[in-house]
Amino acid sequence: MEKKELTCIGCPMGCQINVIISNNNTLEIDGYTCEKGEIYARKEVTNPTRIVTSSVYVNGGDKITLSVKTANDIPKSKIIDVIKELKNIKVNAPIKVGTVILNNVANTGVNVVATREIKKCS
Amino acid sequence: MYDIIIIGGGVSGCAIAREISKYEGKFLLIEKESDVCCGTSKANSAIIHAGFDAAEGTLMAKLNVRGNELIKQLVSDLDIHYIENGALVVCVSEEDRPSLKNLYDRGIKNGVKGLRIVERDELVKMEPNISDNAICALYAPSSGIICPFSLTYAFAENACENGVEFIFNEEVININKEEDKFVVIVKAINDNIEKKYESKVVVNAAGLFADEIHNMVSSKKMKITPRKGEYVLLDREVGDYVHKTIFALPSKMGKGVLVSPTVHGNIIVGPTATDINDKDGKNTTIEGLEEVMTKCMVTLKNVPIKKVITSFAGLRAHESNHEFIIEESSEVKGFVDCAAIESPGLSSSPAIGEMVANICNNILNMNKKKNFVNKRKGIVQINKLPLDVANKLIKENPLYGNIVCRCQKITEGEIVDSIHRPLGATTLDGIKRRTTAGMGRCQAGFCTPYTMEILSRELNKSKKEITKDNKSSPICCGNIKENL
Amino acid sequence: MKNVDIVIIGGGPAGLSAAIGAYDKGARDILILERDKELGGILNQCIHNGFGLHTFKEELTGPEYAKKYIDLIDERKIQYKLHTTVLDISKEKIITTINKESGLQQYKAKAIILAMGCRERPRGALNIAGYRPAGIYSAGTAQKLVNIEGLMPGKEVVILGSGDIGLIMARRMTLEGAKVKVVAEIMPYSGGLKRNIVQCLDDFNIPLKLSHTVVEIKGKDRVESVVIAEVDDKMKPIKGTEEEYTCDTLLLSVGLIPENELSKEMGVELSKVTSGPIVNESLETSEKGVFACGNVLHVHDLVDFVSEEAKVAGEKAYDYITNTSEEEKNYINIIAKDGVRYTIPQKIDAKKMSDIQVVRFRVDNIYKNKKITIYYDDKKVFENNKKILAPGEMEQVFLKKKDLINQDIKNIVIKIEEK
Repeated sequence: MEKKELTCIGCPMGCQINVIISNNNTLEIDGYTCEKGEIYARKEVTNPTRIVTSSVYVNGGDKITLSVKTANDIPKSKIIDVIKELKNIKVNAPIKVGTVILNNVANTGVNVVATREIKKCS
Repeated sequence: MYDIIIIGGGVSGCAIAREISKYEGKFLLIEKESDVCCGTSKANSAIIHAGFDAAEGTLMAKLNVRGNELIKQLVSDLDIHYIENGALVVCVSEEDRPSLKNLYDRGIKNGVKGLRIVERDELVKMEPNISDNAICALYAPSSGIICPFSLTYAFAENACENGVEFIFNEEVININKEEDKFVVIVKAINDNIEKKYESKVVVNAAGLFADEIHNMVSSKKMKITPRKGEYVLLDREVGDYVHKTIFALPSKMGKGVLVSPTVHGNIIVGPTATDINDKDGKNTTIEGLEEVMTKCMVTLKNVPIKKVITSFAGLRAHESNHEFIIEESSEVKGFVDCAAIESPGLSSSPAIGEMVANICNNILNMNKKKNFVNKRKGIVQINKLPLDVANKLIKENPLYGNIVCRCQKITEGEIVDSIHRPLGATTLDGIKRRTTAGMGRCQAGFCTPYTMEILSRELNKSKKEITKDNKSSPICCGNIKENL
Repeated sequence: MKNVDIVIIGGGPAGLSAAIGAYDKGARDILILERDKELGGILNQCIHNGFGLHTFKEELTGPEYAKKYIDLIDERKIQYKLHTTVLDISKEKIITTINKESGLQQYKAKAIILAMGCRERPRGALNIAGYRPAGIYSAGTAQKLVNIEGLMPGKEVVILGSGDIGLIMARRMTLEGAKVKVVAEIMPYSGGLKRNIVQCLDDFNIPLKLSHTVVEIKGKDRVESVVIAEVDDKMKPIKGTEEEYTCDTLLLSVGLIPENELSKEMGVELSKVTSGPIVNESLETSEKGVFACGNVLHVHDLVDFVSEEAKVAGEKAYDYITNTSEEEKNYINIIAKDGVRYTIPQKIDAKKMSDIQVVRFRVDNIYKNKKITIYYDDKKVFENNKKILAPGEMEQVFLKKKDLINQDIKNIVIKIEEK
């Protein structure tokens, strides 16, 4: 049996939600004051995910860096792995918004894509 | 071998450098920081005092009044922004009226012109925000305000243009007097390598450190105590809160703080006076800032103290006799002290330069230089120019059309000029002190990345090498993800 | 001097949306003046996600949100000038600008839309004692250095203030390799969104210390440590609670101030509460034909609301230049009371208002289980129960034209009451 305390992010209330996970994976959730809280807690305990945003350096562009994001959310536990894979990446201009910068980052099945446009710099 | 080595690139050292550059000779100024104007000269009240404060007959009184006289021609020759805004010493209690009269009498004896005592009615007309308790004030119309950075840079740049050599980042660690010369030993701050310079005359203008320099050669020991003064600076938005420099008449409640406009349009409030031990102790304190903000209420009402944009502390080079020490050592011939230059040091600086140059000339008997360049051009302020003049300049140099510091409206042209003029800026603070970029209400929040980019481009350095002030003050520490 | 129908000062989210609002209503002679090298304003450096949920029903990053609006500007071929700073706006609506190509240039506008955004409160305004070393940055400056320049402002970081930019930067700095040691917040609650507290601090085990502030900064050249202390209910530091944190960087996220220097110089009346212009139902300031929207009007927490508000300002500016009849205005004041800090707009003319008028406001404290009420003079006309109201979250209510027109109502009062 495992106990987790969460702060709901659904609204400024920030309800403190307690979740008890029993051995057969059923959940006991209390402390929430609306449906949003329950849904959030269930997801956050079973499969917490995040969109990761960062930036990478650019060669020959009109900007020094390119901002990027994971195209979908990835497991929370993999955030740092995603960032580390971006460490040595340097992209060449030009780049359009949505261009895939890295496939299947950190084996998440999710791509990292550009969120800005970079023009070629003469 | 130099004729004269000046130790210290504050306002005194630079004023001296400019005065001696009127003579033929080989001159060197050594400064341990990376720029001139990094010590006492950079953090003070920015006032050219009228000269009523110092005791009659003192060097302080004499040089203050003389400095005030010289400044008008000087600001014209060296293109420095100066405003003769006048000062008021405000008396808030009838029982203190005699001491205000004493101050008036002293001023007259010191030779201050235009002094008079104004009564409440006139005082309120002059300064509507004067305290309800104010009963009268001493009015000194010849008191002025100046940017202490501009004054120091103007002296230094003009001296440099007239041949004085400047060396930065080297600290004097010893001075040996040999037969007919001095051997000045320095340590380079960047690599700890020792070097030697030789000269016939040494001028000690080392500010807070003048005692250490003096004590290297003299057996009559000197002690300089750092006296901290804390200030707050208010937004230009409230820049017309007072028009004259408002002093409090010293009373049994102690010495008050001044409230004054600055040439940049802000209001300055301060200073405190606390003796400390650390000559680098330029930190503000909770108590000091509170003191400043309380004491300004003595002479004025509704001080818009919430409009603070920054606070800072400066250290005055205090010596126990509270008098300038400007003389050739009787014990070590050729060693000239210019020490204990506390307030009114900035006001006196033109006269200090003159006096020290005379002392040096008496020793060396130099010839006047025929091609001395008397004038220096300051950094153009595009925002202050008429439209057609500004447009002509922008056409010639488009960088003057690109605003970098939005609060102060400083352009890329001004910043590039500040980097490439004689003894140009190498740091963000160097640019700030020369152009006022970053000195405004956002305190460089917006312009820092842009100024870094210009510095890095113009000096051909990477952005990571750009520092705020000296080599130990980098703005950034590396690339993103470098530490992962 | 060039004549332009509508000049928009600022090409950030507010300026872009205002331009589109004006264009779509019918305006064609529009000019956006932007001081930076590209349109989009501060969104370009906000590379995190969370933008656009209201407007586009999808979660975008700042640059993506900006791009959508820039594309709309380009589609409409709306004119803009980059690298162009406005130096002055006169009462006669003459705008003096400066740039490299044209030098100082003046435009005469029929209507002006102020969309200059806001700036961060700097260290100086806080009177924190100590040295003035390198390593003290506002969160936005650090954001620009990290996200745009690819430079790390420091390795070990303390953050003062838990505004959203501070929280976002706590995560950004952590992900880029710095150690964020603590976030101190002087208030007993955070002004930031709950989502940001969880995803930017909790996810990385960064402690948030409420009712704490920085009392001293140490380090002569570069920050070496900062001292944090607990504050009492008057926000004065409590002696004996000081804790010293070794760090090389102090980031400040201690408030945003609408940038109204230009507005003030031209005589626009400002609100002491918002530091932005006082506006009517059309978002028109005390100067006729001068409109304001976005963070220059009041600081927003969601860009979606900026876009929405600015669109209205653009539409109203077009109405202004096309409506030549001078009608006398008949204002109903909107009064913020009992827990409501301010409202935007501050007054409305029932004849001029849209059928449904949105009134945005902020509360002055955390309120739980209260209700928002609206009174027309003494008559209560609306109430809405709220589980929570927080200063960090902008609220809005709607007024109907049909309820207000020809009713001889003097004041509309909006307040927070017990349930």
